[in-house]
Amino acid sequence: MTDAVEVRDVVVRYGDTPAVDGVSLTVPRGRVLSLLGHNGAGKTSLLQVCEGFRRADSGTVRVLGLDPMGDHDALMPRLGIMLQSGGVYPWATAGEILRLFASFAATPLDVDMLLDRLGLRKFERTRWRRLSGGEQQRLSLAVALVGRPELVFLDEPTAGMDTEARHTTWRLIEELRADGVTVLLTTHLLDEAERLADDVVIMRSGVVAATGTPAELTKAAGIDLLEVRADPGLVPDGRLAHLKVTEPTPGEYTITGALDAAVIADVLSWFATKNAQVTAVNTHRRTLEDVYLALTAGEKTRVYR
Amino acid sequence: MSGAFAPAPGRAPLRTVVASQIRMELTLTARRGEAVVLAMGVPLLVLLGAGLTEATNVPGDDRLAFVVPGVLALTVMSTAFTGQAITTGYERSYGVLKRLGASPLTRPGLLFAKTTAVLGLIVLQLITLAAVGLAVGWRPHLGSILPALGVTVLATAAYSGLALLMASRLRPEATTGAATLIYVLMLAAGGIMFAAPDLGTFGWFLLPLAAHAEALRETLSYGGSVPTAIWLSLGTWAVVFVTAAARTFRWE
Repeated sequence: MTDAVEVRDVVVRYGDTPAVDGVSLTVPRGRVLSLLGHNGAGKTSLLQVCEGFRRADSGTVRVLGLDPMGDHDALMPRLGIMLQSGGVYPWATAGEILRLFASFAATPLDVDMLLDRLGLRKFERTRWRRLSGGEQQRLSLAVALVGRPELVFLDEPTAGMDTEARHTTWRLIEELRADGVTVLLTTHLLDEAERLADDVVIMRSGVVAATGTPAELTKAAGIDLLEVRADPGLVPDGRLAHLKVTEPTPGEYTITGALDAAVIADVLSWFATKNAQVTAVNTHRRTLEDVYLALTAGEKTRVYR
Repeated sequence: MSGAFAPAPGRAPLRTVVASQIRMELTLTARRGEAVVLAMGVPLLVLLGAGLTEATNVPGDDRLAFVVPGVLALTVMSTAFTGQAITTGYERSYGVLKRLGASPLTRPGLLFAKTTAVLGLIVLQLITLAAVGLAVGWRPHLGSILPALGVTVLATAAYSGLALLMASRLRPEATTGAATLIYVLMLAAGGIMFAAPDLGTFGWFLLPLAAHAEALRETLSYGGSVPTAIWLSLGTWAVVFVTAAARTFRWE
């Protein structure tokens, strides 16, 4: 079986400005891939190409083995698409909208079940334009799912949602994955990517800055951090040459490098040989946020090693 | 709850898809009831004002025979062109068309649903206005109703095509402005309240409203047939603008 989404060397330009500048990525079936990046990183432009709303200026995209533009009519019934905003008749009610899209599908989900699951039951007779931003988002998600798609594209699915709705949505996306639905979502929320994604693609200025599972991205060698509090002014010698030791404030040492148990023991015994009074030892694992900030903000943040 | 979202994709039968979309279009039209009434308000005023008083000079001595068919033609233009251009323009700017483009509804399906909903609305409006005409003394020749319906379908197709073309090309505000302007110009120059400027056959090609109104007069009011030039004019308008609309129609 082909991958759900195959993107090869895609370039999207607005005038002379490339919004997407040679991106390749693959979404295997049944997985959740999160496109992570700042606003303007090119996430939505790339998604638009996958959804068949834009032609790539160069490169190729296959979605479920099909061409999103050329095979539009064959592809759409198999996809669930959640747009970033709008897209609904302002004077239609939530119930009418969901039932309209349900009627387009051969075997739609139960509309009442979806309304209940997304907390939209009490808005069933409310017109779209009277819904809040978060309620509109939930309805857009319901519209994307109602046709029992095998692949869903979610563009900033939890934007504008309150905390409760966000967690409801996350549980729903986890359930989609458990039921075998492939998900490609964009987000600028790190906790969202870390919680939901099997694979994360970090985009910056239209290019892929890093790819991997959340675990891979955070556990690459040399990313751990050891903090030691001891007497100020100790000068590291040859024994610690393979590590990077800094003393940002007097008596607070940060040590970065390939830190396994033996190395940590070695570091501490070095402090012992200096007759230092060690009063605190902390280890930190790098989070996806650290990776993200390091990749998207350049040298302004701590870049280990 | 496990398995609730297990994929089972597929499009409902196209008939069902299109029928749902037609229902939605009609529901929303009914919800803008005031707009529909307003769309009939101007024709109704023209019918009563120009048909029953001497406010304007009309050719011939049977005022209603001239005015009522013109009013019917005006209504077709108002709904199929002005109303549809404005509605579709805003649907595009709200992203509704994009959303529909990301669904199993196909492009021909949407265009068909829109045209059908508009035709349904036009039929209702024409029946109402014709009934008012009959009530005030218009005496149509029902034997000529088939060619009258024929030119009306052609005119509807032409207006719809132009409406969708404009909504594809212009911003919604520009579409609204242009559609309203064209409506007013056609109302003034289209031979509805008073005789159209006599441009001969060329006039039928320039002013589809005048051509349509004249065809309805020849058939319904006088029991005659539709002049060949008018068949050609409305046929050309329909082919050109439906083709152009189908080519340029964009989801986004």
